[in-house]
Amino acid sequence: MKIMPWALPLAAWILAPLMLGIINRVKAFFAGRRGPSVWQLYYDLFKLLRKASVYSRSTSPVIRVGPAVVLACMILATLLLPWGGLAAPTTFTGDIILLAYLLGLARFATVLAALDTGSSFEGMGASREVQFAALAEPSFFLGMLVLVLHFGFSGLSNMVAGISLETWQTSGVLLILVACSWFVLLLAENCRIPVDDPNTHLELTMIHEVMVLDYGGPDLAYVLYAASLKMWIFAALVVNLLVPMRSLAPWLQAPVFLAGIVLVMVLVGIVESIVARLRLQQVPKILIGSALLSLIALIVRLVG
Amino acid sequence: MTVISVLLILSCLLLLGSSRLHVAIRVVAAQGLLLGVLPIVRSAENLHVAILILGLSTIVSKGILLPWLMNTCLRLSGIRREIEPFVGFGPSLLCGTALLGLAVWIAVRLQLPQVPLILLTSSFFAILVGLFLMVTRRKAITQSLAYLVMENGVYGVGISMSLDFPFLVELGILLDVFVGVFLMGNLLFHLDREFEHLDADKLTELSDLSEPAPAGEERV
Repeated sequence: MKIMPWALPLAAWILAPLMLGIINRVKAFFAGRRGPSVWQLYYDLFKLLRKASVYSRSTSPVIRVGPAVVLACMILATLLLPWGGLAAPTTFTGDIILLAYLLGLARFATVLAALDTGSSFEGMGASREVQFAALAEPSFFLGMLVLVLHFGFSGLSNMVAGISLETWQTSGVLLILVACSWFVLLLAENCRIPVDDPNTHLELTMIHEVMVLDYGGPDLAYVLYAASLKMWIFAALVVNLLVPMRSLAPWLQAPVFLAGIVLVMVLVGIVESIVARLRLQQVPKILIGSALLSLIALIVRLVG
Repeated sequence: MTVISVLLILSCLLLLGSSRLHVAIRVVAAQGLLLGVLPIVRSAENLHVAILILGLSTIVSKGILLPWLMNTCLRLSGIRREIEPFVGFGPSLLCGTALLGLAVWIAVRLQLPQVPLILLTSSFFAILVGLFLMVTRRKAITQSLAYLVMENGVYGVGISMSLDFPFLVELGILLDVFVGVFLMGNLLFHLDREFEHLDADKLTELSDLSEPAPAGEERV
């Protein structure tokens, strides 16, 4: 077994919580505050892991399984992500679909666990999550379709390895369109601001945070950690699209990749600071817009 | 050219999805600029004066003059946004997807060799979006903007078909559009002064009778 491919998932597992810290720091900077330390999420995770979980008597085992399933899905998904010329630990034909459905399974587990609590509030959050997920899925799959048409259906690692400076010269428009579409997806899927506010807890427009209200202790730690891994996964997808890493020297790829992810996080922080949260009725509009970006990329690929 | 086509498609989608009128005017102005650059890009190898003039006159008329005219109209009428169109903004975007599909179908179906398909697609899309906006929006200003979008599409189709399109004809069309929009602007201004709104839908209720029909009552 080669060691190198494991560097990426390891980096993801170790650094993912740091990325959320960076977002919070950027937001604090824009608000004129000093903000929490970038390591805050690590402290929170350690604190939560030392506590015990409390479960309501009205719940079934589903809620106990939920966080573990979510975390397992995210950890598996990080194993599929390549960086530049370096292949992921596991890669096979069609691993993209597995990636999409691992994310789907994680969502399914969250939603089931939320419904299991029997709280109408969490049920509402679950309903919204599923509604927006249904709208977000086309944009992911259309983007994937474009990449598959362009680079062949031979695994995510090969696809990403196909992106080089020449690709940018011949079909940069495609990459930019899909990356923009996936950036919107990143914001929507990770409950960042134009769609949902990660900081609010008791508010009627919130989606994701409401579903995890009943967790405490290690379960909450799992959910928070899984959320940071999910953020990492989407950021990694966007960075892989945008940086023609194959054209770089091998030793440069890892630092450039990490710098790219940090840059995406800073961008997310800026977006969160300067954009107001959309009204709930407006959210489908930007999700459809994101799918349309991918659709245009598809059309450019097919007829252009 | 692909970039211009993609931007053209995106601007049309923006028009479908935005309710603020001054944004819509700016988007149409940007379209005008794009279309002005288009003939110059298209014939980058053998650029001659006629094409340059065509491009520049397009930029001046569609990118600067007409948007300025519409802006004046907007300022005088004091409207800010399109409220309650017949088809909402979200559904409009969905319809936009369908129209995009239709545009691709038409462009592929025409089977014109030597015509850049993506440009043809985006031009047809602009025409379709123009028609769609004209039918589904209430305000007269939006409707005349939609007319401009449609004309932009026609222009795009012309450019993509052939560059030796008689250049005088193209200029003539530009002049026509300019006069058309000028008249529309005038009309809008007077409409606004007479009726204090620019809701084209309400024009069906014009009558000499002093009392307007009460709301909810069925008209014969």
